[in-house]
Order: sequence, then structure tokens, then C-alpha cells
Amino acid sequence: MSTMPSNASQPVLSVEHIAVHFGGLIAITDMSFVVNQGEIVSLIGPNGAGKTTAFNVITGFLRPTKGEVRYKNTSLSNLKPHEVTSLGLARTFQRTSVFQSVTVFENVMIGLHRRSRSTLLDTLLALPREGRAEAELRSLAHELLEIVGIARRADELAGSLSYGDQRLLGVALALATDPSMLLLDEPVSGMNATETARFMELLNKLHGRGMSILLVEHDVPMVMGVSDRIVVLNYGRIIAEGPPAAIRGNPEVIRAYLGEGASRHAAH
Amino acid sequence: MTELLQHIVNTLILGSTYALLGIGLTLIFGIMRVVNFAHGELYSFGAYALYFVGVMLGLNFFLALIVAVVLGCFAGALIEVVLLRPMRGADIDTTMLVMIGAMIVMQNGEQFVWGGVAKSVSTPFPELPLVIGSISVSWLRLFVFCAALALIGVSYLLINRTKLGKAMRATFQDRDAASLMGVNIQFIYMATFAIGSSLAAAAGALLGPVYVISPQMGNLASLKAFAIVILGGLGSIGGATIGGFLLALAEELGAGYVSSGYRDAMGFLIIIVVLLFKPTGLFARAERIG
Amino acid sequence: MKRLVPYIALAAFASVPLWLHDPYLLNAFITTGILIVAAMSLNLLLGYTGQLSLGHVAFFGIGAYTSALVSLGFDVELIGGIRVVHEPWPVWTGFVIGTLVAALCGYAVGKLSFKVRGAYFVIVTISFAEVVRLVALNWVELTQGPLALTSIPPMTLGFPGVGYLDFYSKQSNYYLVLAVLVVSYIVIQRLVYSRVGRAMIALKENESLAVSVGIDVTRYLVLAAIFSAGIAGAAGSLYAHYLKIIDPDVFAFLYTVTMVIMVISGGKGTLAGPIVGGLIFGFIPVAARSFATPEIQWILYGLLMIIIVFVLPKGIVPAVEKWFSAPNTSVDPEPLQAKMHDTP
Repeated sequence: MSTMPSNASQPVLSVEHIAVHFGGLIAITDMSFVVNQGEIVSLIGPNGAGKTTAFNVITGFLRPTKGEVRYKNTSLSNLKPHEVTSLGLARTFQRTSVFQSVTVFENVMIGLHRRSRSTLLDTLLALPREGRAEAELRSLAHELLEIVGIARRADELAGSLSYGDQRLLGVALALATDPSMLLLDEPVSGMNATETARFMELLNKLHGRGMSILLVEHDVPMVMGVSDRIVVLNYGRIIAEGPPAAIRGNPEVIRAYLGEGASRHAAH
Repeated sequence: MTELLQHIVNTLILGSTYALLGIGLTLIFGIMRVVNFAHGELYSFGAYALYFVGVMLGLNFFLALIVAVVLGCFAGALIEVVLLRPMRGADIDTTMLVMIGAMIVMQNGEQFVWGGVAKSVSTPFPELPLVIGSISVSWLRLFVFCAALALIGVSYLLINRTKLGKAMRATFQDRDAASLMGVNIQFIYMATFAIGSSLAAAAGALLGPVYVISPQMGNLASLKAFAIVILGGLGSIGGATIGGFLLALAEELGAGYVSSGYRDAMGFLIIIVVLLFKPTGLFARAERIG
Repeated sequence: MKRLVPYIALAAFASVPLWLHDPYLLNAFITTGILIVAAMSLNLLLGYTGQLSLGHVAFFGIGAYTSALVSLGFDVELIGGIRVVHEPWPVWTGFVIGTLVAALCGYAVGKLSFKVRGAYFVIVTISFAEVVRLVALNWVELTQGPLALTSIPPMTLGFPGVGYLDFYSKQSNYYLVLAVLVVSYIVIQRLVYSRVGRAMIALKENESLAVSVGIDVTRYLVLAAIFSAGIAGAAGSLYAHYLKIIDPDVFAFLYTVTMVIMVISGGKGTLAGPIVGGLIFGFIPVAARSFATPEIQWILYGLLMIIIVFVLPKGIVPAVEKWFSAPNTSVDPEPLQAKMHDTP
């Protein structure tokens, strides 16, 4: 969180010629793009375009058939998901983004797993380091809840939070791993306008702190509002890439995505 | 060579009844997702039913067999309605505990009613075995083999050629979709459990006269049935049949060439090895039924 | 007030041998206590990581046999004619080695079998226990098979030159079991109220999410299996040296079932659950012995098991906690939840 956006244009995440096949089905054909230091990049596309698949490949939950993902020049090819996290790449989930049956505070404490300096021996023998490490985690947890703005809810069960607050807690969980980059999977889907606005505020706050962010999103206005760059995916292929203004005017994108999106919005 | 041939003959006979056990369990586990620990108790229930009807009431052996299978069917339906229907939607561990409770109650109920002394059933078959060359098979075992094969055939036809079977297959594939298509899921579950139970009862009634009938006979039967299902893959009648014969072969060879004490260990070793290296079972292309 | 409950309970249990002199009842307390330790160990896996191991008795039995054999000595010939002779060692080393060997088996089983989950995990663990039982039954040279290992010495503590403490009497065995129970309780408490416990709860709740925050799921499952198996092994060792005789029946499936029902009825994922459930199911045979034959006792046992799963699926302890905290909470507290509130 310390790097300032000034030294941007340095790619942190590079997706290089990724292809994913499920049996005969081709989910992603040949996808390449980069996310630079401190940038907010959005990956958009109509349903079934391969967004979530791409997301799962980047976070190590799915192995690509071809290609490679590199983060800060380390290949993620042979890393397990928890190892990807420890490189500073944290993700959120679309649906179950929090541990439902424990409190909001305990959720963040779980998220702080890798930050604790206590060892198994400290834990078993209740050595002083254990107490110090736990106290440190608790103050970090409070801090994170302040950042995402749900500190008032600390003692409530995560499952009893409103949908929007659960999403914010999901981000707090991801932030708890001390990432240098966040990958958010449709974070505002299902949120109302107020919740979306709060979320965008949070994104801008994190952006201001130099966090690189990759968004996979459905909500086009929201994406246009926060992104530095947008990558448009359709049928497993990148059909356009560029700043929001350029994407807005791109005829192919309008045809493939916005057109469909517009008719879908009209249908609601 | 003779010894090997004899083992193979024994394998075929034992395997045919194992296949019955396995088919019953694979239907229940595949369609209902219930880990049925009471399966072995329905196996011993079948044997005791045969004893009760055939020996105590003095009914003809063949008729008694049929009655035992029918009773197994009713017992299964009863268990389903009383114990499993209220547990719909509970997770797999919870229903498993209920079935373990049922297993304890049934096994000790048998012990209470029939006592711990093993029972034997006499059959109308001649005492002298059929001898072909150097191989000998008792007529009773030969009958068990044929009856079991016939029941396997009947189950196959039931699942693949009847309306009920079609509904069961649909439920296995996608319960919600089947329900939307007008399949009565409650009835399918009851039928599945009843059919599975009657197959276990049939295996028990067929093997009961070959060995002896005791309250403990069901103990290993549940676990062996699991071994068969795991070998054959979930929800496949063909797989369960092959699994039954393979388990019997492993046990025969293990007992014959390793040590008779380790006969029962073969099934468990198979479970461990198969699950750790090919968790979908040896013959499952995908999860399917039929 | 709630903080005092464990201390009051401990004081009450510590006083038992002072006023209870009926050897039959004291014996029931000791064997129940041993089973409670085993149930507590199972709870670590079942209650906190959510993995139902129905082969847990294997670790109990391995602890019992290892401890007995270390203290009795053995002389076996392995395949290839290698002869292994072991002279008897002090009994307390048997306890330590039994615990460690069980923990090692927990490591191996955990490492291998956490590849499969759900029903398949259950079946792999049962199979493991059955294989171990059949080995104990058939490796007569080592285990005496069905003839049982007999004349197992009682637990002794101490070192040459310093002095020995023998656990012959029921009273002394009672305190020994209570001591092991308290230590196991503290170990499990330390684990579940730390980042280790949080990791276990996380992977039980939502495995993908746990992975995404950097928790190495396999590592924590295996860690839980090691501690769980080790504590079960310690309970097995106590059992062997208290009864002084063990046979392959210690591996019986019904013992695992007993442990499971103790955990479930008391409340899985709570520290007090296995103790409450253990006392109930440990003393049912005692209460029922005057009017019921063993079969009837088991039938009652099985019925009670079904009824508990139907009526109190979360167990007694969470139900009682909910009762006491009912006025000021509107949400339904999960078993763990209630516990995690008072993390020190």
C-alpha cells in the first residue's frame, strides 16, 4: 500500500496468451493484457464471455490450458491459490464472500491469518509472543473495518449483514492479507445505488493509496466511472482495450456488449 | 491350477451376492445421497426373515425366499418414511448418524429377538456337491449364483426399461429438474430405498443358508457394500456388478494365497487404494445411473 | 460468571473420589473419562474442521497397543527374517510413545485421505480402522491376536533414583485420567482460540474463501489430524494400563460411534460439548444396567442417538448457551460462534 501511483506504467500483473479449454469447450481463446502499478483495470463482457474463468485462472483456482500469468515477474503457473495470496494478490468472491456464521470481527481476524507472527509452539505454551501477536492482529482488524466503513458492525454475525456490507467485509478480508493488488469479482452485482456509490468511494480510496485493482464487472456505468482502462471480452476473446472514453465509442463493443446490455436493461 | 479354478468358482458365487448388495447400496447412495449404514442390517434382516418364514413357519424354501425379499422391501420403505423423510435437506453427515442409530437398533433388536446363537437353514438341495472334473460346487451355491444373476437382471430391467426406473434415473441426474417434470420425488426416494433394501435382503436370504445366520453378519456387509460401490463408481448397476465380483475375487485370492485372516481386509484395502488414486471409481466415466 | 464454569466443574470432578467409594461407579467414571478424552480429540476434527472421521478408534487402539507393547516388550520376526526384540520399558515411556505413534498415524492418514471429502472421507477412515483391527487380530506374534495382550502393567511415573508413583488404585487412576483430560482440554482450547483454530473454522465454513486469504487448507487439516490422533492415542494408552488387558475389540466400530454421539449430543465445535455428551452416554449403561440387558441398553443407545439428531442437532451445550443468552440476541448463534465471543 506504500507505492504511489506516480511510478505507474510499470506492469505488475501480466496475462500472457492464456487459453482455457474444458474438454471440447473453449472458454478463453488467447487472452493477453496487463495491469500497471496503481491502475484500476476492468474486465467486462456479456454473460458467458469468460470473465469468471479468466478471474479463476489469474487467482490460481483454475489451471490454464495454455499461457501464463505473471505477477511482479513471478510466474503463477505452479502456485497453489494460497501461495498466490502470499505474493500479494488478493481476490474476492462473487457469491459467498464472507464466513457467514462468525462475527464480522472474527472474519477479519481469519483474513489476517498470514500476518500473525506467532508459531504453533507460542500458541500451545501461551508464550508472551502469542499475546502480542494476537493484540496486534486485533488492532489491525479494527483498522481494516474502519477503512471499509463497517466498524460499527464488528460484533454482528457476518451472515446477518446486508448484502452491500457483506461485500465490503469481503474486501476487508482480501485487504487483511496485505495485498499490493486486489482482484474483485463482480463486487457491486446485486447492490442498490447507495451501496454501489459507497463501494466506488472505497475503490477510489484504495486507488489513492496506490493499490492496483482488477475488476470483473457487469455494471457498465460503475466500470466507466472508476476504471483507468477497460478490457472487453466476448466469446473468450479480447475485442477491445483502452480508456473508458475509447471503449464507450468502440462500435464492436457497442454491438457485442453495450447493445445487449442496453436491451437487457430495457427489459427490466 | 485346480486350486485357482476352485477359487474362481467360489468368486463367481460370492461375487453374485456381493453384486446384489452393491447394486442396492449404489441406488440408495446415488439417488438419495444417503450413506446407508443400515444396509448390512437389511442383509441380515433378509436372512432372519428367511429363517422365520422357512424354518419357524415351515413354508417352502423357495416361497420363503420370495417372502423374505418382499419383507425386506417393506422394511426399507418403513425406514425411509420414518427416519429419512423427516431428514430431507439435512446434510449427509446428519443422515449418516441417523442410519448408524438405525443400525445399532436393528442389530441389537435381532440379538434380542433371536439370541446370539447362530441359526442355520436347511434347504431342499442334495447334500452331495456337483463335481465337474476336479471342481466341486454344492447345488445350493449353484442355485444362489443363478438366483442372484436373475435378480441382477431384474434390477437392470427395472432401472432401464420401466417408467419407475426412468424416473429414478431422472432424479439421479437432476432432482430439481425431475421434480419440475412431474416426478414425485418423495415416492421415488421411498421406492429407491425399498428396492435397495430388498436387494440387500435377497443377498442375506441367499447367503444365510450357505453360512449361518447371526446378528453380527450385517456388520461387515455395509462396509463391503461400500467397497463395491466405490470400486464400481457411483450409481452404476454395471459397475456395482463388476465391483461385486472384483471384491469377491480379491477376497478369495487374499484368503487363498495370503492368509485367511486377511480375507475381510481386502475390501478395505481396495477402498483405500481406489479412493486415494482414482476417487471416481474404476468404471465410472462420469456420474450416471443405468 | 461463565468464565468460572470450567473451574467449578473441575473442582467438582476433583472431589469425586473423596465422597464416592463405590468401586463400580468409580470405574464408570474412569472409563467414561477416558472416552471423553477420545471424544474431545474427535471433536477437534469433527467440530472444528468439519471432517467426520469414523475411523477415529484406530488412533485410540494404536495408542493402546503401542503403549502396552512398549511396556511389555515384544519379540517378532518381520518379513525377510529380521528379528525385532524389544525389552520392556518404563510405563510412562509407553504413554509418550503411544501418543506419538498415534499422532504419526494421524499425520499419515491425514496426508493421504484429505484428498477425498464428504462420504468418501468417512469411508476411507472406517476402512483404515478396519485394516488396523484385522492386523491386530492376525499379527498374533506381536499382539497375541484374539487371545489379547494381558498383564499390562499399570501406569507408573518417575525416574530411576528419584522414585516411582504407581497407579494401582481406582482413586489414583481417576486423578490420572482427570489430569490427562485437563491437559487435553487446555491443548485443544489453546489451538481453537488461536490463528490455528480460526484457520480450521474458516476451512470448515468456506474452503475456497479460506484458501483465498492465504490459508493452506491441507496443512491445517493435517495439523488437526495429528493433534486429534495424538490425544486419542493418549486416551488409548490410559485405557490399556487401566484395564491391563486389551484385545482387537478396542478397534470396534461401535467405539467410534460412541465417541461421535458423545460429541454430537454435547455439541460439536464447543469445548464443553464432548464432556457433557460423554457424561450422558458414559452413564447410560450405568443407569440402565438394573433393568436392561446389554442388547436393550444398545437399543436405547441407538434410539437416543436418532432422537438427539432429530431434536437437538446442534447439541446440548449450544442449546443451553442459547437459553442463557436468549434475551439479548436475536440471531441464531452457531455453536462456534457463541464460543468465539469469549476469546481471551
